[in-house]
Amino acid sequence: MNFIVCIKQVPGTTDVKIDPKTNTLIREGVESIVNPFDSYAIEEGLRLKERMGGKVTVISMGPPQAESALREALSMGCDEAVLLTDRAFAGSDTLATSYTLACGIKKIGEFDLVICGKQAIDGDTAQVGPGIAEKLGVPAITYVKKIEEIDQARIKVERMMEEGYEVIETNLPALITVVKEINEPRLPSLKGMVRARKAEIHMWTASDIECEKSKIGQAGSPTIVNKIFTPPPRKGGEVLLGDPEEQAEKLVDKLRQAKVI
Amino acid sequence: MGIKIVDDKCTGCSLCVKSCPFGLIKIVSREEVGKPHPKYKKIAVIGEGCNLCGACLEPCPLEAILIEREEEKPRVDISQYKGVWVFAEQKKGEIQGVAYELLGEGRKLADELGEKLSCVLLGEGMDGAAKELIAHGADRVYQIEGSILKNFQDDPYTDVLSDLIQKEKPEIVLMGATVIGRSFASRVAARLGTGLTADCTELAIDLKARQLLQTRPAFGGNIMATITTPYNRPQMATVRHKVFKKAVKQENHQGEIIKESVDGKNLSLRTKLLDMVQDLTQTVNLADADIIVSGGRGLGGPENFNIIEELARTLGGAVGASRAAVDAGWIPYSHQVGQTGRTVCPKIYIACGISGAIQHLVGMQSSDIIVAINKDPNAPIFKVATYGIEGDLFEVVPALTKRLKEVLG
Ligand SMILES: Cc1cc2nc3c(=O)[nH]c(=O)nc-3n(C[C@H](O)[C@H](O)[C@H](O)COP(=O)(O)OP(=O)(O)OC[C@H]3O[C@@H](n4cnc5c(N)ncnc54)[C@H](O)[C@@H]3O)c2cc1C
Ligand SMILES: Cc1cc2nc3c(=O)[nH]c(=O)nc-3n(C[C@H](O)[C@H](O)[C@H](O)COP(=O)(O)OP(=O)(O)OC[C@H]3O[C@@H](n4cnc5c(N)ncnc54)[C@H](O)[C@@H]3O)c2cc1C
Ligand code: SF4
Ligand code: SF4
Repeated sequence: MNFIVCIKQVPGTTDVKIDPKTNTLIREGVESIVNPFDSYAIEEGLRLKERMGGKVTVISMGPPQAESALREALSMGCDEAVLLTDRAFAGSDTLATSYTLACGIKKIGEFDLVICGKQAIDGDTAQVGPGIAEKLGVPAITYVKKIEEIDQARIKVERMMEEGYEVIETNLPALITVVKEINEPRLPSLKGMVRARKAEIHMWTASDIECEKSKIGQAGSPTIVNKIFTPPPRKGGEVLLGDPEEQAEKLVDKLRQAKVI
Repeated sequence: MGIKIVDDKCTGCSLCVKSCPFGLIKIVSREEVGKPHPKYKKIAVIGEGCNLCGACLEPCPLEAILIEREEEKPRVDISQYKGVWVFAEQKKGEIQGVAYELLGEGRKLADELGEKLSCVLLGEGMDGAAKELIAHGADRVYQIEGSILKNFQDDPYTDVLSDLIQKEKPEIVLMGATVIGRSFASRVAARLGTGLTADCTELAIDLKARQLLQTRPAFGGNIMATITTPYNRPQMATVRHKVFKKAVKQENHQGEIIKESVDGKNLSLRTKLLDMVQDLTQTVNLADADIIVSGGRGLGGPENFNIIEELARTLGGAVGASRAAVDAGWIPYSHQVGQTGRTVCPKIYIACGISGAIQHLVGMQSSDIIVAINKDPNAPIFKVATYGIEGDLFEVVPALTKRLKEVLG
C-alpha cells in the first residue's frame, strides 16, 4: 500500500523567548525541527508499512533547507522524500498550502492513506490536513488517536473529541491527522542515517506539479497576516505566605474577591 | 511582490535579526554581497523561506525592510456578501456553549456593520434549540433538519454549510474552534476558496475597509497575529472557546426561523460513525471547564491524583495533567495540557507539582487566573502565576480542599 506523510519544518519552540526590553521574539541559535506532531505521523506510516507492506513517501512544502526535515524522516525508515520548493510558494496561507500539497501528492501517484500531524506548532491552525483532503476529494478524519483496523479497502480509527472519542470507519483512499497518543516515534537508526545522507530528495517546483499559478503562494492565499505582536506579558503574581492552612485561606479569599468561585 | 531590504537605508544594526520567528535574517558584509555603502559596512539579508509575516518590520528603526504586495483586486463581488453568521454547534441535540459566546460577539459585529445576525443549525429535531438561538439574539436561524445531520460527520456538514453559504452569501462566518469546528471549517473554506483564520481570541471590524480584523495566538501563544481576508468572501474564522461572553437571553427577542429538510441521499457520506465513547475518568471535559486542577510529576505516583480529583470535584472543575504525569502512565492522555496536549483557557487553572516548562505553559497561559503550588521557589510556573503558593502540595492541596468545603458549604 502507498502511504504519504506530510511534514513541516518548524522552529523548535523551546527557544522562542520574548526579549523583555524590545518585546520581540528571540530566536537565537535557530534550530529547525520536524513539527512534533508530524513525527507521530511518520511513525504511524512506518508501522502501517511494516504491517501491510508497501511504501512510505514523505512530502513537505518549504524552503530548500526543509530538506533536513525530510532526511530525518528518511533516516527513520521512510522510502521516498519530496520537497515542493519554489519562490512562487512563498506567502502561502493554509488554502494555498493545502492546494500545493494536494498537487504534489497527485504527482506522486496513487495513494491509499495520507497522514498529517494534528497541527503545526508555528502556524498552529490545524487547517492544512482537512484542506488537503478537500483538494484531493477524499474523506478526512482528524485528531486520530488510534488506528483500530485497516485493510486494503478501509480504515477504522478512534478520533479524539472533547469528552471522549468516536469510532469512525471510512473507505480508502483517505486522509487522517494524528495526535500524540497514537504512538511513540522511533529514533533514527544508524543504518537509516547513512542511507538518508545519500538518498535523493525529489525537488519539485511549481511547474513540476502542474498547479494553477493563481492558486499558489500569495496570489492563492485569501488570508493576509497584517500584524504580528507579542502579547502583553502576564503581570507578576502575588506570593501567598504562611503555613498551608493560611495559604489556603488567603487563596480562597482572593478567589472569592475575584468572584470566580 | 515579496520582502526587500532597502539597500541604502539599512545600517546593519541587527535589530531585526532576533525578531524573525524563523531566524531568516542574517547580517553580512556589504562587500561580500556587492552592495557597498560609503558609511555602513554591513547589511541585513533575508534567507529563503520568508512567509511575509511582517514580524521584522517594526523592530527596524529606519524602515529599511519593506513588504511589497501586489496591487490586488477583490476576487469576488464583495458587495453581494452581507450579514454575520454563527455556526451553532450541537451535540446530542444540545447547543454547545461556544455557540452562545459567538452569538454574543456576533451581535456586536453585526450591529457595527448594520447587518443581520444569523445562525446555522444542523441536526434532527432541533425546533426548541432554534427558538433558544433566537432568544439569544439571532435575527434568523437556518435550521436544517435531517437524520444524516443528527451527529456531526465531516462530509454532510461540509456539503450543507458550503451550499448554504454559496446561496445566501454571508459576509462573515464564525465557528467554534472545537474539534468539530476545526475539522470541517477548513474543508468548507477550501471548497469555497475563501480565507479561514484559526482559533481567534479577538475580533473587530475595520469599518473603513469593511473588514474583519481577526486576532489569534500562534507559536503556542508566544505571538499574536492579526489576520484579514481582504479580497475574498465570506471571511471565515474559528473562535476559541471561553474567550467571549455568552449572549444574554431575552425572551422577547424576535427572529425568523427558516426550516429546511435535507435528504441524506443527496449528500456525500463517506465515513461511518460506529460509536461515541465517553472517557469515564473525566468528570468535566477540559475544553468546557471553568476551573481546571492539574497535577504533574510532583505528585509522585498515580494514586496521588486522588487529592487533585478531590479538589477539582470540590470546585466543580476538571482534572488536567502535565506530560510528565501522562508519560509516566498516571493518567490518560486526554487530560494532558500543553503543546502536544490540549490548549485550555479556564477562569482558574491550578497547577500542582508542575514545573512550568514552556510546552506546558503554551497550553494554559491564557487562563484568567493561574494558581501555582510548588515547593521550588524558582520553578518557572511562578512567573505566570497570578497567585503563587510555595509549599508541599501534599499539605497545601488538602488544606485548600478543606477550606473550600467550609466556605462553599
Ligand atoms: C503568525 C501566523 C499566523 C497564521 N495564521 C493563519 C490563519 O489563521 N489562517 C491561514 O490560512 N493561514 C495562517 N497562517 C499561514 C500558515 O501558517 C501557513 O499557511 C502554513 O504553511 C500552514 O499552516 P500551519 O502551520 O498552521 O499548519 P497546520 O494546518 O497546523 O498543519 C497541520 C498538518 O499539515 C501538514 N502541513 C502543514 N504545512 C505543511 C507543509 N508546508 N508541508 C508539508 N506538510 C504540511 C503537517 O502534517 C501538519 O502537521 C499564519 C502564519 C503565521 C506566521
Ligand atoms: C516536543 C515536546 C512537547 C511537549 N509537550 C508537552 C505538553 O503538551 N504538556 C506538558 O505538560 N509537557 C510537554 N512537554 C514536556 C515538558 O517539557 C516538561 O518535561 C513537562 O511539562 C514536565 O512536567 P512536570 O512539570 O509535571 O514535571 P517536572 O518538570 O519534573 O516538575 C515537577 C515539579 O513538581 C515540583 N514538586 C515536586 N514535589 C512536590 C511537592 N511535594 N509539592 C509541590 N511541588 C512539588 C517540583 O518542584 C517541580 O517543579 C513537551 C516536551 C517536548 C520536547
Ligand atoms: S517577514 Fe517574517 S518570516 Fe519574513 S523575514 Fe520578516 S520576520 Fe522573517
Ligand atoms: S534592516 Fe533595519 S533593523 Fe535590520 S539591520 Fe538593517 S537597519 Fe537594522
